[in-house]
Amino acid sequence: MDGEEDTSNPMMEANGTGGVDEAPLSSTSTRKNRPIISGEPLDIEAYAGLYTGRTKIKRLIFIASRCDNPAMQLEALRMAYDEIKKGENTQLYREVVQKIEGRLGPNYEMDAAWCSTIERKDEQRKEKLESELNAYRTNLIKESIRMGYNDFGDFYYAHGALGDAFKSYIRTRDYCTTSKHIIQMCLNAILVSIEMVQFSNVTSYVSRAELTPEALDPPTVAKLCCASGLAHLEAKKYKLAARKFLEVGPELGNSYSEVIAPQDVATYGGLCALASFDRTELKASIFIDNINFRDFLELVPEVRELINDFYSSHYASCLEYLGNLKPNLMLDIHLYNHVETLYDQIRNKALIQYTLPFVSVDMRMMADAFKTSVSGLEKELEALITDNQIQARIDSHNKILYARHADQRNATFQRVLQTGNEFDQDVRAMLLRANLLKRDCNLKASRKV
Amino acid sequence: MEGLVTQIQGLSGTDSDVLSLQNLLKQADDSLHAESTRLLPFLDQLDPAKHSLGYLYFLEAFTAGPVTNEHASSSVLMIARFISSCVAEQIRLAPDKFISVCKRFKDQVLLLEEPLRGVAPMLTAIRKLQSSSEHLTALHPEFLLLCLLSKCYKTGLSILEEDIFEVDQPRDLFLFCYYGGMISIGHKRFRKALELLHNVVTAPMPTINAIAVEAFKKYILVSLIHNGQFPTNLPKYASSVAQRNLKNLCQPYIELANSYSNGKIADLETYVEANKDKFESDNNLGLVKQAVSSMYKRNIQRLTQTYLTLSLQDIANRVQLNSPKEAEMHVLQMIKDGEIYATINQKDGMVRFLEDPEQYKTCEMIERIDSSIQRLMTVSKKLNVMDELMSCDPLYLAKAGRERQRFDFDDFDNVPQRYNI
Repeated sequence: MDGEEDTSNPMMEANGTGGVDEAPLSSTSTRKNRPIISGEPLDIEAYAGLYTGRTKIKRLIFIASRCDNPAMQLEALRMAYDEIKKGENTQLYREVVQKIEGRLGPNYEMDAAWCSTIERKDEQRKEKLESELNAYRTNLIKESIRMGYNDFGDFYYAHGALGDAFKSYIRTRDYCTTSKHIIQMCLNAILVSIEMVQFSNVTSYVSRAELTPEALDPPTVAKLCCASGLAHLEAKKYKLAARKFLEVGPELGNSYSEVIAPQDVATYGGLCALASFDRTELKASIFIDNINFRDFLELVPEVRELINDFYSSHYASCLEYLGNLKPNLMLDIHLYNHVETLYDQIRNKALIQYTLPFVSVDMRMMADAFKTSVSGLEKELEALITDNQIQARIDSHNKILYARHADQRNATFQRVLQTGNEFDQDVRAMLLRANLLKRDCNLKASRKV
Repeated sequence: MEGLVTQIQGLSGTDSDVLSLQNLLKQADDSLHAESTRLLPFLDQLDPAKHSLGYLYFLEAFTAGPVTNEHASSSVLMIARFISSCVAEQIRLAPDKFISVCKRFKDQVLLLEEPLRGVAPMLTAIRKLQSSSEHLTALHPEFLLLCLLSKCYKTGLSILEEDIFEVDQPRDLFLFCYYGGMISIGHKRFRKALELLHNVVTAPMPTINAIAVEAFKKYILVSLIHNGQFPTNLPKYASSVAQRNLKNLCQPYIELANSYSNGKIADLETYVEANKDKFESDNNLGLVKQAVSSMYKRNIQRLTQTYLTLSLQDIANRVQLNSPKEAEMHVLQMIKDGEIYATINQKDGMVRFLEDPEQYKTCEMIERIDSSIQRLMTVSKKLNVMDELMSCDPLYLAKAGRERQRFDFDDFDNVPQRYNI
């Protein structure tokens, strides 16, 4: 609660010096009573509990490498260590041990004996798998060959040999007999591709899975939606990503925890939608039609609140929520790269929407609503106007923003004159060039004769 | 020789006589050149106004030899007199001779270092030589060169106003447009200059040439001054040679344009300072400086899109000028030139930007639009005529047929695309 007091004080001062009407003041003071959650650092244990398998380890290592709080770093590494010990990935194990550097006491030192036993077992298992596969291949039983390759894929995946795992999974394609098999193959390929950060593969396997003739069961549909949403996010196509995340059905539950948690669906989808949708679309897709997504949003109340705030134009508190969420989002393996862009877009959208209904806006009031200084706001507005995203002009003397209505008639006249000039110039240049070419052509011909 | 003179005097009357005289003169041309030193007295016996053709042959032979300084002075006078009094119909029978006489005239004027003396006669010469105002003669570039050297830009502009379509030699066109571009720059008519230089850069050319390279350098600078940007690619109708080579040959200018597009004045200035020698050796330093100062204008113009009022201090900060005073001078100058619409309130130091007051409601504006439409109609008519001529041209058809060996039935429906207004 202390932190909250601190943030509210400068705001009050800003209001005092700004000397604005009562209205915005009262609205901010009512909002102040709401608890603002998630200002505290990430609870790693709870976070890691959302995931299983390789992505859990990966996410933990990622947090350790991005976070500058040593206690959190060590906590993440410790959990990663424990998790790896359950599996068979010796290579990742060595990496983590190296990162720990003995800071976690003797229990987390390099365990060479464990490594060598695991590796020995692996050799044996690999040989066994190979001989099995060869036997299947000589017998030409399709289903068995498929299983053999699948086992190989699982084996490689468990050891972190992602490239080999991908190849093995792909090889099962020739031996798939039912669409169920194909979907399994696609899901495996998608899983490995996401781990390898090769999202073009993800897109292609998602579409392949969707092309199967039989109707897909709801959890699979949800999984595919998540996967293609991630792929679009990675490609910076936020609008498409948002649509995909919003489509994800409630059947997802915790079934895809090796890739994504339902909380993530809400966060990714919510942020992308805010950044890329216009107001009507936002309303239609989040508030009315989409009960599914509302359920997801319930899992992450901060995101739900901030979307609500954005929609009901309480930009200050919306931006506050965003600011509080930011440090945690920066630790997200998929989102960290896009946080800045998404935030900028959301902020710009908020600015644009704020100005949209007014003929003139007092910039001092607007600066209060966005918790920024007037000169800072002026800079932001200037950039947006230059970008042609806001049709308005700034009265810098009186600090008022006036909407500007484009005069269609004048603009048309201007364009007509300009087009005429361009046409004139183009045609004349064209005639000249044609004449030159003709002359050249005649010259060549006469030389020949 | 005397016989020839009498024949000239006798045969300068009717058109048919002049034609037969031309044949005679052609045969006598070699002997005239052989005796070039003793021709002066015969010239006196001929009247340039009546016996233009004969006079031209004698004059050409007479001026063929090497010229000294004092010699030049008298022959310049003689040629100038000839140009002003000769008959256009007669000299057009021997355009080569006339052109070479005029070129020598230009050389001699330059030898005397008095280019101004050549300007008026050369203009007369062009008028007499060209069959229509659309015809580019070999004398056009010479005339523009004289204008440039004598700084008579205004006289040069009169020629540039006319549209040129027919060209004898590509080299003439290149030089004409290049010099024309320079004259227009001298008069700050950047739009015209851009058009002329654009013609040089995009003209079909089998190999890269120095004129095009120099023109391209100026083209970059002028488009920065006029448009505030330089398109990264040449239009696709430019010759492939130009597309491939021009950029590599003008690297410092391309980099200047890149630096300009970043919008940071300080960077641009340091870049210009670092490459001053290159620009100076190309004689483009003045233009480069104009380009730099145009950036201030461009930035101020951009502010008018965003602001209704802005203090001079803020303008100075945003445009990176040193003081509000300087900003005021810039704004004032721009208001004067009609580049922005604004009022300055000196008491508060505020500038109030206004909208373009043009309402497109006046009679003048309607007339302007009407004349513009008329002009476009003539131009597009010309284009259609040209297109029809081209599609009937046996040479073109032969070439097109060769490139497209097999005729499908569909091809006959394929009407060539036209501009329609």
